[in-house]
Amino acid sequence: MAFGGSDAGGPGLGTSAVKVLIAGGFGVGKTTMVTSVSEIQPLRTEEMISAISNRTDDLSGVEDKRTTTVALDFGRITINRSLILYLFGTPGQERFWFMWDELATGALGAVVLADTRRLDGCFASVDFFERRKIPFIVAINNFHGEQAYTTDEVRDAADLDAEIPVVQCDARDRDSSKKVLETLLQHLIARTMRAHAQAQTQARQR
Amino acid sequence: MNGRESWYDDDAGPLVRPFTVTRGRTKASRTDLNMITMVIAAPGESGRGLDAEYLDILRLCRSPMSVAEIGAKLNLPLAAVKILISDLIEGRYLLFSSPMSSYETDVPDMNLLQAVLDGIRRL
Repeated sequence: MAFGGSDAGGPGLGTSAVKVLIAGGFGVGKTTMVTSVSEIQPLRTEEMISAISNRTDDLSGVEDKRTTTVALDFGRITINRSLILYLFGTPGQERFWFMWDELATGALGAVVLADTRRLDGCFASVDFFERRKIPFIVAINNFHGEQAYTTDEVRDAADLDAEIPVVQCDARDRDSSKKVLETLLQHLIARTMRAHAQAQTQARQR
Repeated sequence: MNGRESWYDDDAGPLVRPFTVTRGRTKASRTDLNMITMVIAAPGESGRGLDAEYLDILRLCRSPMSVAEIGAKLNLPLAAVKILISDLIEGRYLLFSSPMSSYETDVPDMNLLQAVLDGIRRL
C-alpha cells in the first residue's frame, strides 16, 4: 500500500483500514452486534443516495429521480498498530442501502444476521451479497432465547451454498459476536486458500 | 511538505477563498477517497488561517482517523466531509493512505486476513 499527501512523498501515515458489513433485516440486531464488539461507542454516518423511483410522469415518461439520506451505525476495532477494522451495520431502509455502492465496495466480507421469527428479513441481504460476489456468513441471532430453527433449516430456507457457514449467536454478547467475526474471517481465509490452490492448478495445466 | 512561506500561495488554489462548508460543491476533487480512507494531519501543521470546518478536521486528525469517523464526529454527510478532506489533502494539510489491496483485486491478501483474525481473537 502507498501513503501520500497530494504527492506521493511526505511522511507516512502508517495506518490503514478494512471493513466488514453487518447486514440483515430491520430490527435483527445489527447495531447491537456492532456495539458489543466495538471499542468505541458506535458512530453514525450519513450518505446521500440518488434513487430513481418507479413513479413516472404519465405525460413525459421521465423518471422521477430523488435523493434520500441513508444513515448507518459503525464501530471500530484496532487490529494492530497499523490496521483498523471498521464494522458497518447496514441501514434499516433496505431498498436504499442496496444502492449505496461505496458501502459494499472493498468490504472484506459480511455477516448476514437472521432472526428466525422473521427469517425472510435476511433474504434480500443474502441476494445482494451473492450478486455482488461479496463473501458472507449467516448468523442466527437468538437474543430472544429460542432456537426456532436449526442452522440447516435456515440454510435450506435461504438456499445457501454448502460452503457458507451458518452459526447461532447472541448479538448482545461480546464473546458470541467475536465468535461470529472469527467464523467470517476463517471462511474468508478458506476461500482465499482455495482460490490460490485453484490458480496454481491452472498454472500447472498450462 | 513544510517550510512554505504561507499557506495562501497560488498553489493552494480554492483553499484561500473564504467559503461556507463546501461552497455548494457536491463532488470532491479527489475521487480516491472512500469511507474508510485513513487521514492524519501533516506533521507540524496547525492550519492557521483556515476556516473553522477545516480546523475541526485537522484537530480530529492528530491521530489517524477515517473519513467516516470524521463525518460522524462533525455531523456532516460523507459527501460533504469528503470535499473538505479533499481540499485539505490538496493543500497538504492532511496525509492519507490509499486503500488496502482488497479494493483492487478480487483475491484478498492472506496476511491481511490472518492479521484481522488474530486481532479479533485478541479482543
